[in-house]
Amino acid sequence: MSVDKVSDAISSPDESQPFAELGLKKDEYESIRGILGRRPTSSELAMYSVMWSEHCSYKSSKVHLRQFGTKVPKNNSMLVGIGENAGVVDIGQGWAVTFKVESHNHPSYVEPYQGAATGIGGIVRDIISMGARPVAVMDPLRFGDPENPDTRRVLTGIVSGIGGYGNCLGLPNIGGEIVFDPSYQGNPLVNALCVGTMKHEDIHLAKATGIGNAVILYGARTGGDGIGGVSVLASETFDADGPAKRPSVQVGDPFMEKLLIECTLEVLHGGLVEGIQDLGGAGISCATSELASNGEGGMHVWLDRVLLRDSTLSPEEILMSESQERMCAVVEPAKIDAFMAVCKKWDVEAVVIGEVNNSGRLTVESHGEQIVDVPPRSVAHDGPVYERPYARPDWMDVRQASGPENLVRPSSAAQVKQTWLTMTGTPNLASKSWVTSQYDRYVMGNTILAQPEDSGMIRVDEKTGLGVAVSTDCNARFAALDPYKGAQLALAESYRNVAVTGAKPLAVTNCLNFGSPEDPAVMWQFEQAVTGLADACLEMGTPVTGGNVSFYNQTGEVAIHPTPVIGVLGVIQNVERRTPMAWGLDGEFVYVLGTTRDELAGSEWAHAIHNHLGGLPPVLDLNAEMTLAEILVAGSREGFFSAAHDVSEGGIAQTTAEMAMRSGIGVRLDVPAGLDAFTFLWSESATRAVVVVPQNQNDAFLTLCQSKSFPVTKIGSVDSSIKSIELTGVFGETISLAIDELRVISEETLPRLFG
Amino acid sequence: MAIVVVDVALKPEILDPQGRAIVSALGRVGLSGVADVRQGKQFVLTIDGEIDDAKLAQINEIASTLLSNPVIEDFTVQVRR
Repeated sequence: MSVDKVSDAISSPDESQPFAELGLKKDEYESIRGILGRRPTSSELAMYSVMWSEHCSYKSSKVHLRQFGTKVPKNNSMLVGIGENAGVVDIGQGWAVTFKVESHNHPSYVEPYQGAATGIGGIVRDIISMGARPVAVMDPLRFGDPENPDTRRVLTGIVSGIGGYGNCLGLPNIGGEIVFDPSYQGNPLVNALCVGTMKHEDIHLAKATGIGNAVILYGARTGGDGIGGVSVLASETFDADGPAKRPSVQVGDPFMEKLLIECTLEVLHGGLVEGIQDLGGAGISCATSELASNGEGGMHVWLDRVLLRDSTLSPEEILMSESQERMCAVVEPAKIDAFMAVCKKWDVEAVVIGEVNNSGRLTVESHGEQIVDVPPRSVAHDGPVYERPYARPDWMDVRQASGPENLVRPSSAAQVKQTWLTMTGTPNLASKSWVTSQYDRYVMGNTILAQPEDSGMIRVDEKTGLGVAVSTDCNARFAALDPYKGAQLALAESYRNVAVTGAKPLAVTNCLNFGSPEDPAVMWQFEQAVTGLADACLEMGTPVTGGNVSFYNQTGEVAIHPTPVIGVLGVIQNVERRTPMAWGLDGEFVYVLGTTRDELAGSEWAHAIHNHLGGLPPVLDLNAEMTLAEILVAGSREGFFSAAHDVSEGGIAQTTAEMAMRSGIGVRLDVPAGLDAFTFLWSESATRAVVVVPQNQNDAFLTLCQSKSFPVTKIGSVDSSIKSIELTGVFGETISLAIDELRVISEETLPRLFG
Repeated sequence: MAIVVVDVALKPEILDPQGRAIVSALGRVGLSGVADVRQGKQFVLTIDGEIDDAKLAQINEIASTLLSNPVIEDFTVQVRR
């Protein structure tokens, strides 16, 4: 086996290299030659190709993402912002929380179980590398047509993978989303969010400081998984009978990840670590170049010291391997023994693979031969930046002009009732418990709220009751109708879902899932969504703490709906004051907060009943959204609400049906004056919530709404003598929906499709 | 009647957590000298009549679509005489 050394690169400058097969453009390859002043070695080429990929370099999105750094709202709770492994937010009492969402879309389509499982593993390592203990995960998922047989393969694999990995790891899965739309048929979205908690003094950053400090690789051994693309190099440098095509999928081991969590937290809390970085995409290449360029600027690595699972791996493959459950730490020489002792205690293998220096170079040797000599910044941070062309596509005019006005609406009481029953069982609105019951939601004993509640809520401090609530949301149909507004509506919904539970929204993370950035129409959607989100975050005072961009989500030439999934984190001073979604006692009043308009474009009704997508999404007033949140948070604190639930997909019909199914207690409702029954039930106007108010809190609640000049409409009251929803004012009649019937319809859909 | 044996195992590059667990268990029970373990599964198919090329092709189809996950696993088919 011959290794391509730096000296070879100098002596054979004209050797042709497979840069195109590695995904590099001709000018990118020339620019690498310019940086190095020679041709790259095959190891260097491998490093640049993977670090300059869209996934690692954000080369198409960078110019737009800068807005999250320039439009920063005044917010004193940000401790660590964008750019680190995950943002960190102060939640008071000396506690900090870190949270982040990432995509694992493409691996999950190829191999659903392992793709989804390693998605959890990756985001959990991001959280532990900040010094935090992971306390919960959530999974926003998008699938294709539920009736398509391939959806069954993808969904069941992904759900088992999430459950298998997360449950073994012992982390509660407290929420997320499951949405079906044909645009995701050949490209499901698997986004994974993790929340971690820590004391302020435990925050750690990814940088290699301290000349002479050791670089330690610990965790699982490095194998040949997840390096599909780099096989091009392997097949060149290997002998003819060597392994040909490596699989591009990785297999995770949650029990190793659990050891890695405990081991990492112990070395961090023991003060044994100067800098730390998880190994995800691009493996050792990414970890060493990022640590070096964020620290003293130089590092030397002995690649042959890396512990291998497969001794036939070439140096290029070792550099690229995406083997799971590995971490990299920078440790002072005097503390190496103590570090190794902790690793031994947790049965985690560790080895010193490098040393920090101030050479300004990242140098790698393998068996005494120099194979890499590069400026680390040029690999990690100074990758190409593209100003991709973007343009509003002409078809947007057609799409926005064909609104839902002409769709046939139910025109009698019987039709309204039938529509309600049908809508309750559509895959998007039906109960998701068949999926979420496969996840452990209560392990660790701090889960306060989990699916199907509006947000997941976790207790952070058992003594004081301090807690955090997290929600993720995105109605991609709204984003397809108007990406700027759609991203803002996603933020608003997530913000509202956090506030509904009584938590004050503090910070934002995002996972921006789009089609190909080389398509100007997709790039326009992206630019619009990022701008919309940045503008709204500035106005609402919730900074973006970090996130992830996933491009090239398409089936053939057809891009997915733009899907900017927005996660919002809020803080609640005492989780005992949370507001649940199930109403409780007889005679409590049911109110709608907010204004219901005739807004059906992009709604679940238009989608499910008419397969229609057109028009303009609901109007959004960010100030009103903030006022609503203030009322919801204050009402929770003051004890005004026995229940509250957000109004979004499926309108008030869905909101009240979910509340009734959750509690099992009946309710008498009345279509308010000025609204027809259909609009009242299925409009998806933004900035609304249904709240349930005990009679003795009624005056105080109405005074609060009045003081904020916020519209509130009484729509009925809880009646424990009935087991149904009774709605009067439906074309002059009263309709009755038995809760048991609704529940059967709601709960049978997913098992019928996938069970 | 003929017996056909299909062996399925993770591709060599793929991590095998169960195999790793067996290796460490061997150490704990004091059995040394085993450097690595890869765990797989075996399917024994009883086939009507004699095996011909068409039946073998069908068994390969079964192995690659149902018995194994070709993304991460390899399989072998052997006719037991």
